[in-house]
Amino acid sequence: MSEIPTTNPETAVSIEDPETGVPASAVLTPMERVRLARDTHRPHTLDYIRELFTDFIELHGDRSFGDDRALIGGVASFRGRSVMILGHQPGTNTHENLERNFGMPRPEGYRKARRLMEHAEKFGFPLITFIDTPAADPGVGSEERGQGTAIAESLLAMIGLRVPIVCVVIGQGGSGGALAISIGDRLLMLENAIYAVAPPEACAAILWKDASKAEEAAATMRITANDIAGFGIIDEVIAEPVPAHEAPRETIRAVGERIATHLDDLIAGLGEGDLAAVDAMLKARYERFRGIGVWHEI
Amino acid sequence: MRNFFQRQGKFRPRHTEDQGGDQNIPEDLWVKCPQCGELIYSRELDRNAHVCPKCGHHFRLRARQRIDLLADPGTFVEWDTALRPDDPLQFVDGQGPYNEKILKTQQKTGESEALITGECLVDGRQLVLVVADFNFLGASMGSVWGEKMSRAVERAIERHLPVLTVNASGGARMHEGLFSLMQMAKTVASFELLGKARLPHFSLLVDPCYGGVTASYATIADVILAEPGAKIGFAGQRVIEQAIKQKLPKEFQTAEFMLEHGTIDLIVGRQELKQKIATLIDLYCPSASVMTRSDHQADTIPVAGNPSQDTQDMPVAVTGDSADE
Repeated sequence: MSEIPTTNPETAVSIEDPETGVPASAVLTPMERVRLARDTHRPHTLDYIRELFTDFIELHGDRSFGDDRALIGGVASFRGRSVMILGHQPGTNTHENLERNFGMPRPEGYRKARRLMEHAEKFGFPLITFIDTPAADPGVGSEERGQGTAIAESLLAMIGLRVPIVCVVIGQGGSGGALAISIGDRLLMLENAIYAVAPPEACAAILWKDASKAEEAAATMRITANDIAGFGIIDEVIAEPVPAHEAPRETIRAVGERIATHLDDLIAGLGEGDLAAVDAMLKARYERFRGIGVWHEI
Repeated sequence: MRNFFQRQGKFRPRHTEDQGGDQNIPEDLWVKCPQCGELIYSRELDRNAHVCPKCGHHFRLRARQRIDLLADPGTFVEWDTALRPDDPLQFVDGQGPYNEKILKTQQKTGESEALITGECLVDGRQLVLVVADFNFLGASMGSVWGEKMSRAVERAIERHLPVLTVNASGGARMHEGLFSLMQMAKTVASFELLGKARLPHFSLLVDPCYGGVTASYATIADVILAEPGAKIGFAGQRVIEQAIKQKLPKEFQTAEFMLEHGTIDLIVGRQELKQKIATLIDLYCPSASVMTRSDHQADTIPVAGNPSQDTQDMPVAVTGDSADE
């Protein structure tokens, strides 16, 4: 892929409306954010890896079936520390999208992810994940090879992984396919990223019996970063004063800063890395997910 | 004249789609098997655990029917019946507000939510039993599902009991948005604790089991069972057909397909199910048939000479009549 372009002041969306002073990003509709999240020119995992990490060595394969190109991973150095990276990688053109299955991982992708998680645990590498997928692959082969099981086992591995985990939703957080690599100690979201139980189009088709009601569904589903922050499910929204595809380098650097802060914080909490501190981190991770849900008792 | 060829009155076959929906089913109704077309006297179907006597087709069951088939009579104690769904998104779809949909569904089904949890005896063995009801909004997993599951697993750990989950689901409950998706993580987190406590999770997949349930706790169980012919998968068949632009074969995503592809451990017919579960409890958790709560208190502190599970009397071996209904 090409070198990341810097902001083009000609095309960049202004930070605020010159007349009203309202930030441009605050007036976007949920569906407009969906479109931004899906923009092919939005920086993807490999762009983050190139800009924020050094000495990246991609590790391939699930050791039993194949190498999934929609979910990539490897070791790299992040500000002087060895880390494990996992992330969804859609393509930027048709050819690349076919090769990467539009960023929709197959079971071997989730099995590779689990393998690399265990690998990270073995060597004490913190795990950083980038979430950016429309969904897990819904194909015949994926069903044959146990897509559900592969996702479930990835969830299970992350819940108990004895290294710090920082997850960032950088584009589309598409249902179980996204969740599979987003169980961590910190979950961050870019302002124009989305995280949804189903694509708005699918939700509209099921609940409105009309896929063209996606606009309405997107609004009702509350899938924007600010909505989800309001639910207390994520730790932080990383502002995009200019949409990420207009200012890729600035966005990537802002994400890098936030990852570093959260990772330093988690590592400081581990002190000398004694077992009790790791146990406390895992307990906090468990409590985080144990506590999610809204209900009442009569 | 055309009507002459249609079955009239009480001989008109009851279609499976109506199953469970109509509360006033006359006793003398006949049911048509969707697999072999056989007309079955509905009482005979009841006696046969809702399995077609001709072809063995397993009809879908309501959650309460499953509990009746599995639990020793009168032993099921339900937990957390006061939990009710909220409407965190203020969700309104083409059919109206989520709140109203819940009330209507509760009235129609007589259940407060799609998941029923509790404890029971299975041929005298203690078990935490969790059953999904497909008639309640397609057994979609939302916040109440996750919370009931987590509490059930916590009690299982506290009392040192095995867990059986009976899983049917249409997927995550869209009306609760991301909260529903997160129940996948929550339930997996709870079962991770059960695993650390070295207690077994048996998962029975029944027709139909899809989406978030298939991609979370149901497929990380220690032993995964399925009913014959049950449709099981991650993506729904319509979604796949749209993606590949062709019809799927009949056997795709069935329990038999899952077994062949190595995704589940075994297929168990409904008539053998109770006995099989009892055997599993004996093998994995022999203490579950004899331990009481007071025993458990002593058992949590491993003291030499403590009469622990394996020195106590083993339960009477499963007798031939135990699984007969």
